[in-house]
Amino acid sequence: MAILSKDEAQAILKKVLSFSTADECQANLNGRTVGNIRYARNNVSTAGLSDNISMVVESRFGKRSGVATCNQFDDATLRRCVQRAEEIARLAPEDPEYMPLLGPQQYLTPVSYAASTAAIKPDFRAQVAADSIGLAVSKQLTAAGYLEDGAYFQAMRNSKGLEAYQQSTGLDFSVTVRTPDGTGSGYAVADFTDVSKFNAKALTQIAVDKAAGSRNAKALEPGKYTVILEPAALVSDEGLLNNLIYSFGAREADEGRSFLSKKGGGNRKGEKLFDSRISIYSDPLNAQAPSSVFDGEGLPVKRMNWVEKGVVKNLYYSRYWAQKSGAEPTAFSGNFIMEGGTQSVQDLIKSTDRGILVTRLWYIRDVDPQTLLFTGLTRDGTFYIENGKIKHPVKNFRFNESPVIMLNNIEAIGRPQRLGGNLVPPLKIRDFTFTSLSDAV
Amino acid sequence: MKRRDFVGLTGLATGALWLPSIPGFSGTLVDPAQLLEQGVDVAVKKRLADAALNAAKAAGATYTDVRIGRYLNQGVFTREKQVQNIASTESYGAGIRVIANGTWGFAATNIVTEAGLAKAAQLAVEIAKANSKVQKEKVQLAPQKGYGEVSWKAPIKQNAFEVPIKDKVDLLLAANAKALENGASFVNSVLFQVNEQKYFASTDGSYIDQDIHRIYPTFGVTVVDRASGKFRSRQSLSSPMGLGYEYLTPKAEDKVAGPAGSDVIGYKYSYDMLEDAARAAKQAKEKLTAKSVTPGKYDLVLDPHHLGLTIHESVGHPLELDRVLGYEANYAGTSFATLEWKAKGQPYGSKQVNIVADKLQPGSLGAVGYDDEGVKTKEWNLIEQGKLVNYEKIRDQAHIVGQTESDGCCYAQSWSDVQFQRMPNVSLKPSATKMSVDDLVKGVDKGIYIAGNGSFSIDQQRYNSQFGGQVFYAIEKGKITGMLEDVAYQTNTLEFWNSCAGSCDQSDYRFAGFFNDGKGQPSQSSAVSHGSATTRFNAVNVINTARKIS
Repeated sequence: MAILSKDEAQAILKKVLSFSTADECQANLNGRTVGNIRYARNNVSTAGLSDNISMVVESRFGKRSGVATCNQFDDATLRRCVQRAEEIARLAPEDPEYMPLLGPQQYLTPVSYAASTAAIKPDFRAQVAADSIGLAVSKQLTAAGYLEDGAYFQAMRNSKGLEAYQQSTGLDFSVTVRTPDGTGSGYAVADFTDVSKFNAKALTQIAVDKAAGSRNAKALEPGKYTVILEPAALVSDEGLLNNLIYSFGAREADEGRSFLSKKGGGNRKGEKLFDSRISIYSDPLNAQAPSSVFDGEGLPVKRMNWVEKGVVKNLYYSRYWAQKSGAEPTAFSGNFIMEGGTQSVQDLIKSTDRGILVTRLWYIRDVDPQTLLFTGLTRDGTFYIENGKIKHPVKNFRFNESPVIMLNNIEAIGRPQRLGGNLVPPLKIRDFTFTSLSDAV
Repeated sequence: MKRRDFVGLTGLATGALWLPSIPGFSGTLVDPAQLLEQGVDVAVKKRLADAALNAAKAAGATYTDVRIGRYLNQGVFTREKQVQNIASTESYGAGIRVIANGTWGFAATNIVTEAGLAKAAQLAVEIAKANSKVQKEKVQLAPQKGYGEVSWKAPIKQNAFEVPIKDKVDLLLAANAKALENGASFVNSVLFQVNEQKYFASTDGSYIDQDIHRIYPTFGVTVVDRASGKFRSRQSLSSPMGLGYEYLTPKAEDKVAGPAGSDVIGYKYSYDMLEDAARAAKQAKEKLTAKSVTPGKYDLVLDPHHLGLTIHESVGHPLELDRVLGYEANYAGTSFATLEWKAKGQPYGSKQVNIVADKLQPGSLGAVGYDDEGVKTKEWNLIEQGKLVNYEKIRDQAHIVGQTESDGCCYAQSWSDVQFQRMPNVSLKPSATKMSVDDLVKGVDKGIYIAGNGSFSIDQQRYNSQFGGQVFYAIEKGKITGMLEDVAYQTNTLEFWNSCAGSCDQSDYRFAGFFNDGKGQPSQSSAVSHGSATTRFNAVNVINTARKIS
């Protein structure tokens, strides 16, 4: 069983610390039980289960540090793991950026666990695949999708008295539905802490509608367009908003190699860089998108404003860089929340004279870190809007755009939705730069 | 390829917890000395494998393969004058794949005993039987003869794990010092090393023991002009290779100069990290004041380090048969090069385009003796004189295109992951007649020479792509006239390859490699090389990427 209770986890961690002979010792214990099912061409292709707990022990002598791991927890293995970390530490060079381990911390009470998600069984996953495939087949369409769900715990303890524990659950689902002739494609994606909010059929229906509606797309000239970017066009592993948030490092800004660097030195914290309607913050206790209450170093995660009414309020400071700059260290937040309004995507479409609805952006890569310019393409449902209505599907575009420019060209902000563990509203943006057409469907 | 592949070198944390996020580094952290310990004896592995084969058969499997793998990794990370991290990892276990009721099943275990493997084999059969209830098409495997007990070792000269860590740290810090001496504001350098010790056994009667090595030294240099607030970077022109530590002993015969006036040196089978770090700093500095490109049509002369990525994205990926068939539709995407498209016989490229797939080229990342389903590796043509003639496929795909054998390009990133079709080495053949890079440039009236791979993006069916680079030089009337900046080209795969106007000869041929090509859900990483010589493409659309933010 990969999910240990607080007492079980801390008992193991206490034992690890009791074996330590180092100046400082910290141990992290992480466990996960994860299941998945994958389907394509209306057939289940793979299904898997994995269960693992791993221990990371860090031992320190002065400014020298060594790390070792193990995944067995008998006394002999734990003792060997600690000894190995100590041996490696003795051989390591001194770390000029050494920071002492943190002492005891106060953490918020996490809200990121749902027993219903932890209880998911393989037959549930098979049913999700069957439901999703069944809906596609009933419309003579082809589905490919992936479901992954898991329960997780993190525990840590160190020789300075720090003690932390939290549990979480998560479920991620995505589905791409295509027409058999390859002329239409639609996509839907969602993630949840609590499986009871998940409806595979409803999500597949969105992908079905987009696939059927995107047949025989017409080509529009590339150029600057008003666009409605749905959350999946803003957030993904490589999404424009994720990339913006990743770029909030104080060190890179102070070193002069970030869009947040100030000419002549220093950073742009306190400057208004975005439209006044843009506010972005992190909050581990957000009920819709909860996240961790401590980070990997044991720093407490609390609500943190990154952008407030267009003004950069905070940057990410590591403990080392904070000490060097006389700033407060910033915990590594597990989510970001962009404030929005009450309008749905349909409402945003209704208020648009001429524009393009974008379901998803894909293969997003940085082009110029100086201006945070990114390129990528639309995918799986791109539509032309005229006089408040979707007029017809359009061929996919390549874009070259910076989220910094984009968040200054705001026309409207919709109602936030959860995606990738974050809360993000659909955005209506003017002058979004499409630079070429793609024949891809 | 995923974004994480080009590790944001400046963003690497110094702790150890991020390590599992680097593909291949998910093993257990160990003392470096452990990487030199002998793995389990072949006779023992055969006994273990037989236990799994027998258990699966008894449970009802009609086919079984077993992979017992020991995967060793080491990374050394530095910035400027300091070491950020040194990590060595080991992962050991077995993966068992079966066919029962005509359906695949897979299970993996880190309990590498006869009982442990037998239990995993039974679980794999149970999963196959369960999945067979929703399966519509039965698995058809291309026939494969058993090879008996055989082995293959990568032809390396020096096992990188035998080199003391201090030597590796000294090398990286010396490269950093060279960059700093030559004007770098910041420099990060990394050395990755991999050893896969893989044992494969199947009910076809093969027992295959293999020892595979990979190495990847790389760095990123940044120059900041505080006064103007401008900064520019240049990444290493090394390639990850299927070589040992000998790759880091530079040899004069492995250095290939770019065209006169370009100050570019490419590398074949050995790499001069100090020289490249010094040059990178000078070039990053020069980029700060280089002329911003005027957008328009240019003839492009692309060096192999750059062109390898274009080959990877616009030929390697669209010809993966699983993408062509729709198995990757929800993630990596599909392909324009469908079976129907191929049947039409339209040209993929000009007559000059001959592209070959292989798992053989010595020093390449793809080179192995046998793939992860026991097929002896080979070379085969993908594009002949511009015409698509074949795909990249494995045993359960061959029948779909009316063929009777696998291409031997099945791979799993670890014992715990199921093997599936991955990209082999995909290489552009050099010109058969003599052609130097200066001769190639001589014929260009208005062009750009691009060296090194940079920003890259391509659509999910592999039509529309945009590529940057590391350094760009203007070509006017057959001569390099100076450095350019803000260059990216946008192209359609078919237009691009049909605009190919010829390559340099074999003397200019070298590899570009990619350590972490991502595919599948959950995603798996694989390593692949692309060989080519410097090549010309006519009238390609170049854009200017400079923007202003307030």
